[in-house]
Amino acid sequence: MSTTVNRVGLPRDAYKGAATTLCAGCGHNSITNHMIKALYELGVEPHRLAKMSGIGCSSKTPAYFVESAHGFNGVHGRMPSLTTGAQLANRQLIMLGVSGDGDSASIGLGQFMHMIRRNIDCTYIIEDNGTYGLTKGQFSATADLGSVQKKGAVNTFQPIDPCAVALTLGCSFIARSFSGDGKQVVPLIKAAIAHRGTAIIDIISPCVTFNDHDGSTKSYSWVKDHEESIADVSFIPFFEEVHVDYEPGTTRDVELHDGSHIILKKLGEDHDPSDRRAAMRVIEEGRAAGHLVTGLLYLDTTMADFATTENIPQRPLRDLGEAELRLSRDDFAQFMSEFA
Amino acid sequence: MTQQIINDLTIQAATVNGSGSQTANLILTRAIFHMGIPVAPKNVFPSNIEGLPTWYQLRVTPEGHMARSDKVDILVAFNVATWHQDLKTVRPGGVVIHEEVFSTADVRSDVTYYPVPFSKLAKSKIQNDTLRKQLANMIYVGVVAGVLGIPMEALEHGVKRQFLTKPKAVQLNVDAIKVGYDYWQDNFSKQDPYRLEPMTGMVEGKVLVEGNQAAALGALMGGVTVAAWYPITPSSSVCENLIAYSERFRTDPKTGEKLISIVQAEDELAAVGMAIGAGWAGARAMTSTSGPGISLMAEFAGLAYYAEVPVVIFDIQRIGPSTGLPTRTSQADVAFAFTLSHGDTRHIVLLPGTVEECYEFARDAFDYSDRFQTPVFMLSDLDLGMNLWMTPEFKYPDKPFDRGKVLSKEDLERLAGQWGRYQDVDSDGVPYRTLPGTDHPAAGYFTRGSGHDEFARYTENADAYARNMDRLGRKLETARQMLPAPLIDESTKSPVGLIAFGSTHAAVVEAREALAAAGKPVDYMRVRALPLSDEVAAFVSRHERVYVVEQNRDGQVYDLVRLALPADLVARVHSIRHYNGQPIPAVAITEPLQQMEAVPA
Repeated sequence: MSTTVNRVGLPRDAYKGAATTLCAGCGHNSITNHMIKALYELGVEPHRLAKMSGIGCSSKTPAYFVESAHGFNGVHGRMPSLTTGAQLANRQLIMLGVSGDGDSASIGLGQFMHMIRRNIDCTYIIEDNGTYGLTKGQFSATADLGSVQKKGAVNTFQPIDPCAVALTLGCSFIARSFSGDGKQVVPLIKAAIAHRGTAIIDIISPCVTFNDHDGSTKSYSWVKDHEESIADVSFIPFFEEVHVDYEPGTTRDVELHDGSHIILKKLGEDHDPSDRRAAMRVIEEGRAAGHLVTGLLYLDTTMADFATTENIPQRPLRDLGEAELRLSRDDFAQFMSEFA
Repeated sequence: MTQQIINDLTIQAATVNGSGSQTANLILTRAIFHMGIPVAPKNVFPSNIEGLPTWYQLRVTPEGHMARSDKVDILVAFNVATWHQDLKTVRPGGVVIHEEVFSTADVRSDVTYYPVPFSKLAKSKIQNDTLRKQLANMIYVGVVAGVLGIPMEALEHGVKRQFLTKPKAVQLNVDAIKVGYDYWQDNFSKQDPYRLEPMTGMVEGKVLVEGNQAAALGALMGGVTVAAWYPITPSSSVCENLIAYSERFRTDPKTGEKLISIVQAEDELAAVGMAIGAGWAGARAMTSTSGPGISLMAEFAGLAYYAEVPVVIFDIQRIGPSTGLPTRTSQADVAFAFTLSHGDTRHIVLLPGTVEECYEFARDAFDYSDRFQTPVFMLSDLDLGMNLWMTPEFKYPDKPFDRGKVLSKEDLERLAGQWGRYQDVDSDGVPYRTLPGTDHPAAGYFTRGSGHDEFARYTENADAYARNMDRLGRKLETARQMLPAPLIDESTKSPVGLIAFGSTHAAVVEAREALAAAGKPVDYMRVRALPLSDEVAAFVSRHERVYVVEQNRDGQVYDLVRLALPADLVARVHSIRHYNGQPIPAVAITEPLQQMEAVPA
């Protein structure tokens, strides 16, 4: 019997987790599968992965992939602060945060924004269904104005667009996608992991139980009818050679920190993901036209991540011992004498 | 002239916040300390940047009393806004040094006045225009030195010590002090009984340290590598000192890299979250805050308790409820911190009573936290944290870090990967953990604040929930036996005992001396941690009447003490409380104690 393994010698099954307890057909389950595929194909070592989450349907999903990795399901809306601390304790960890629209755009909006501001090195996936599933279908802050709840209530408030918010804060990696579009989601996750800094992927993920009906703008049918991809995304990891087989002038190649490449193939638009104003224009125009613009909206590979800004060593702070952390006896005696 | 009073007096400087008076007060403090005389300064400051009244009390006693005095011997009246009120605080026979232009109509006749034209002197004698306001405060230092006989050598030492990093400022300040000193010499003759004379035997080997400095040094020596905080009085100086000390002692000389990360978070929720995230990933992590921040940290404290994540939380207590009096001291967070968070949550609380313990407990808190995989609260207060205290030099730690029960890759290999995150292998309630990044396929587990079984799997099973809660109870019981034990002095053989904790200690020491001198000595137990030790019940059983002294309205530790007692001992315990925001003076213990003792039970 032969088993296919990835570059670190692990079979795909090594990236699976416990059985999902979410509803059958939930968009989040699709994202879990995309995550498994991306992590397997990248050859992420499970022991280096830290799966972080807050509270909600989305925040349960880290239990459903890479079971052998450490995970931390914290408190509602506070995943970013836990992630920040864990990253500082051990910057060798690959931080992968999974959040939802309630967790990120309502209770956790402050931490979401400040994490971006600090450019914590982590992949931050928002499984965005515009609704509170676990508490049975209340609107979330990303629900579109005028969208209709299952029981008929109409949302009267402007939505918070996590990508637009992230862009105004100078987030170094911003993407949007759709849970049903594995072809786009998988390379985006890989690129987000290769990126050194906060990488936000807002993935529209229909809630089959509470938000997959005609009045919803986050249902399967609505998204399928309104999705407009700004480019085809391909990801070439650092351990593979770059072969660009697209015609010159139709592709854009961006090198990431670890030597990986993102190859963007133009579709209708000529979107330059290094242009912040263009990214804002694409988001705004999509909104005005009632389209869901997907793809890599913005990328800045020059910005230092937080651990670099903090100037802490590459070796984990958590491994330092008395010899490095305590004052020497001489320094201590000298320091005490200065209080005289 | 009445009999001389030597080295036993309290100076109160009434000044304006933000005017530079704090520097003057510290120079005076250091000069007197340099004479070998014990000092106990208390800074009473407003929640304000500039303009509101502020007072600095400098108590000097030959015995080295550290508590606040309720009597003022020497008033330095520099603030017209509080002049009439300040004058009332001076004891009969006391001294009033005041700005000459203050109205002296209807003033008291039982004190000695030394009017000084501070403003005029500042204008005519201080040439530096930009620093005139600050330097004007030095003039009163000179006048006080003249009145009390502080030698110029001591004053110069005080100035140099205060301006260690700004040697250029030394001469300017010394010159300003001389203006006041000369003015006193030229214009007054000694009319009052107060004098300072050099002493030996009391301050040798002692230093002056603020509790928040001690806590920062303790954290550094305890191996903290991640600290997250949000500015709040009176705790800010814990992390500010930590930043300063880390610049000096935690910077790799070869690479310039920092062997610590200190993050100013966006709020206290994020601050404690970062510390918990770091503790989970294996760093020694802390946050520091005060009452309002502790309230915000409640949810996360429950997560760290239930998911069993080490973290050290400093609470430098101030007056509540709500915003309360942000710059006044209190011991009113004790009960709240002890059970912080919803559900059956209970924490280790350390109660340092001296600045030396601020250092030692801060250092050891990281050991307790790692050993018991749970939050440890360090409950200091504004009085301890922000005032200078005379203390023996701190001791260098004599043992390595205790990182607790952490399974390495090799451990997991030896166990063939068979382990459960929340299993009670050693029957002490303390489980084993692995750190993220451990290169073994069995290392990973899922940490959660929701129900979990011995293998960290999600469960809503009733028995599994109860088993886990019982184990957490056992774990705290294990910890209780290992926390700093109460310090007991039963040398008086008195049927009466006092129980106190934290900064109240200083007043208890003095109160006991006063009571002993009055022929009513009392025993003393100082508790140093929660949950309370069994020693508490034993102490009560050996005394007929026990008074729990604390600085809060509701007698929070009085309640905890009674809960720790068998029913037949409960009636022996009584409560003495002080809660006006000023550090408790000894009379706030002796007077109510004597009243209650006078009434037959």
